[in-house]
Amino acid sequence: MAAINLNVNGKKQTIDVDPKTPMLWVLRDHLNLVGTKFGCGIAQCGACTILVDGSSTRACQLPVSAAEGKAITTIEGLSENGDHPVQKAWLEHDVPQCGYCQAGQIMSAVSLLKSNPNPSDADIDNAMNGNICRCGTYLRIKAAIKTAAGSNV
Amino acid sequence: MTIVKTSIGRRSFLKVSALAGGGLILGFNSLISCVGKSEKEILALPKDWFEINGYIKIGDNGIVTIMSPNPEGGQNVKTSMPMIVAEELDVDWKNVIVEQAALNTKYFTRQFIGGSQAIRQGWKSLRMAGATARQMLREAAALAWQVPVDEITTDAGILHHKQSGKSAGYGELASAATKIKVPKEVKLKEVKDFKIIGTSQKNVDGKKIVTGKPLFGIDTNREGMLIAMIVHPPAFGMKLKSIDDSSVKSMPGIKDVFAVKSMPDEYERQFFDTCTFPEVVAIVGNTTWEVMNAKREIKIEWELFTNHSIMKKGFGGPALKIEIPSGLESTATHQAAIENLMSKPMTVARKDGNPEKAFKSATKIIERTYTAPFLAHNCMEPMNFFAHVTADKAELAGPLQKPELTEQTLSARLGMPIENIDIQMTRLGGGFGRRSYAHWLLEAALISQKMNAPVKLIYTREDDMTSGIYRPMYSAKYRAALDANNKLIAFHVKAIGIPESPLEENRFPAGAVDNYLAEEITINSNLTTGSYRAPRSNFMGAVEQSFLDEVAQVAAKDPIEFRLELLERALNNPVGENNDYDAGRYAGVLKLVREKSDWNNVQPNIYRGVSAYFCHNTYVAQVLDLTLENNKPIIQRVCCAVDCGIVVNPDAATNLAEGAIVDGIGVALYGALTVKNGVPEQTNFHNYRMIRHGEAPKSIDVHFVPSESDPTGMGEPTFPPVFAALANALYKGTGKRLFKQPFANQLKTHALKM
Repeated sequence: MAAINLNVNGKKQTIDVDPKTPMLWVLRDHLNLVGTKFGCGIAQCGACTILVDGSSTRACQLPVSAAEGKAITTIEGLSENGDHPVQKAWLEHDVPQCGYCQAGQIMSAVSLLKSNPNPSDADIDNAMNGNICRCGTYLRIKAAIKTAAGSNV
Repeated sequence: MTIVKTSIGRRSFLKVSALAGGGLILGFNSLISCVGKSEKEILALPKDWFEINGYIKIGDNGIVTIMSPNPEGGQNVKTSMPMIVAEELDVDWKNVIVEQAALNTKYFTRQFIGGSQAIRQGWKSLRMAGATARQMLREAAALAWQVPVDEITTDAGILHHKQSGKSAGYGELASAATKIKVPKEVKLKEVKDFKIIGTSQKNVDGKKIVTGKPLFGIDTNREGMLIAMIVHPPAFGMKLKSIDDSSVKSMPGIKDVFAVKSMPDEYERQFFDTCTFPEVVAIVGNTTWEVMNAKREIKIEWELFTNHSIMKKGFGGPALKIEIPSGLESTATHQAAIENLMSKPMTVARKDGNPEKAFKSATKIIERTYTAPFLAHNCMEPMNFFAHVTADKAELAGPLQKPELTEQTLSARLGMPIENIDIQMTRLGGGFGRRSYAHWLLEAALISQKMNAPVKLIYTREDDMTSGIYRPMYSAKYRAALDANNKLIAFHVKAIGIPESPLEENRFPAGAVDNYLAEEITINSNLTTGSYRAPRSNFMGAVEQSFLDEVAQVAAKDPIEFRLELLERALNNPVGENNDYDAGRYAGVLKLVREKSDWNNVQPNIYRGVSAYFCHNTYVAQVLDLTLENNKPIIQRVCCAVDCGIVVNPDAATNLAEGAIVDGIGVALYGALTVKNGVPEQTNFHNYRMIRHGEAPKSIDVHFVPSESDPTGMGEPTFPPVFAALANALYKGTGKRLFKQPFANQLKTHALKM
């Protein structure tokens, strides 16, 4: 166990936890931020995608010790009221079916648009290939990313 | 004008009562499926079919709450079913709040997801419930204003009396309406007057999903809650021998380690009590990570089990004895067993005319054998359940598709009356059939009971993927006989399933061919199987439609034209009486897809395949266009025509069709769960390949046949045909027919057809 200083969604806090604990379980079990989802545990499905200093990262493979001192953003921290441009685009296209993977999809999309505000189809495919949607909403995800493109993410 | 009765048989299933604090509550049964059946059949139905399982609440502030009784797993019933109520109630959809009902209150029974049936079976009663509440409000207004009820009109939640100029919101008269007797019959709207049905309304949970709210079972959190995980045998054919917990019990955060037997040997299981490993090892601790660490370290001895059998209740029929063979099975031996049986006589499920004679007289005979592997469902939300079992009650929460039957099992297993059990249904992070089988609910409850604490049980991805309840492994051999004029004179199908047959003997082309033979047989296995999106159809649709494509080619006919000729025969002069499809509607989707895909004008370098299938009461035809780049198929477009009757929520229905098409292409290319010496060879997404963003079709367009027929389901029917549309398009591109799913590994070796 060790005291780890975290900055999650702009809130600074210290938690006492095994430093090897993946960020996914720190968020879900210790901070009760359950929007970040467990899907595979081996960085193959993208359901646990969060932003670490603005870049998409698989929280299931990120030891909490490696997150210390970095700005962590989860789906809960994307906007106060669900009005982030990517969230709005998701609603406009009514993307979700079961909805389980969508937080991870949204975080990957935000990361993409931060580095590439107007991505091509190929750019979107490349950036989003690590996020599985079992319901098959890929076309709507792509359409939503295009809608959100160019906005200030 | 459609007038419907509000009671069925001798029993009424609408109940009105006053809402605490003012307002009306109208309870109704939204899953009654006995409408249209004979009185005798209705009275023979279980009593609980008549209990109330949904309701409309109208507060005196005019806010309308519609309780959605069915679990939501992405099929959008939580939006679409209340839309049907709101239509007949005649309220503004913007003023409707939808709430998810729980199981086990006095209001709800028959809640399940399965068979794409929610909208179809709920249609009449949901409409009737809405219309009844509206009628009672009109009568309350007529009484209050002392005017004839016929002069009261409604519009978007407002009652009007034109002659006197009076009007009032529903909320103002809701309390008064509770004094009105439930009318014996009510008038339904004409289809042309629909204002909500047929419009696209957004998912009522959309905002909660995109903001990461705790909607799913795995998100459950309670004060003092412990985390549990399980370890199951590493191979099918094995069982627990002993646990050595010495190294893990002292690990940080670990509370206990013990064996959990969810299904005692002698227990007669409910129909959905499929459970591969009736005894597993539970590890319980404070946090998920601590339990995962112990799960990696624990030492458990397993042993082979011997041949045995279990008793299981039939689905509405007599109990079944299920034989479970011993041994460590392999995909290679499964394949050999299928090949061995395929040439032998099977159980005849249907025979028309004289197929033997017709095949003897044929000018051409086409014979093909198809196989498909076991499939894992791979719902994105891993299996999980929350349980808090105390001496006198059990509280459960989590994702499952058939809570009612599972509850009976839980009651028997805990020795606790059903009234003391409460199961809350959370949103399902995918179902696809997998969550019909909820042994993890039992495990969670037993673990909680032992720990005397609230517990959340979580399966890892590996636990889920390697614990069975797969789509069965299937094979089918087809033979077709053509005469000298290339007319299909005989058709023969032999189907094998491990351990369940996929055969649908009364489905097209049965009814369209004079001489027809359908046979089936099953092979026992200790791998367990269960419903998987469009059970049986997901194989039969895929292979039958590939085969017919090849038969059309041998007959030198356009594949759509060939199917339409057969359907014409089935429509005008059907063979046999038990054909389970409407040939006219079947032809309708083929004609629509021919038009919308511009079938006769294929663009250069595009390889195109067509497929059409009917299942779960809905007709679907698809045309798939692909290009090949270094043998890799790039799906450019899928054009999909659907006849599901009235489309309640077109954009949501389109979303489901798009998803099923993407899913089907992925499974056809990559899906496989293979075993070697009893051990599953795929354990997680690194070796169980799922379709990814870049592999989805570039575009999908979904077209609905305009219809005033009652609506049918959308969750499953668009899934099976796309396998064949893909296979048929790949044939155009590569010159090679594909007989074995999945296809991807066979494409690498193909030379491009230039």
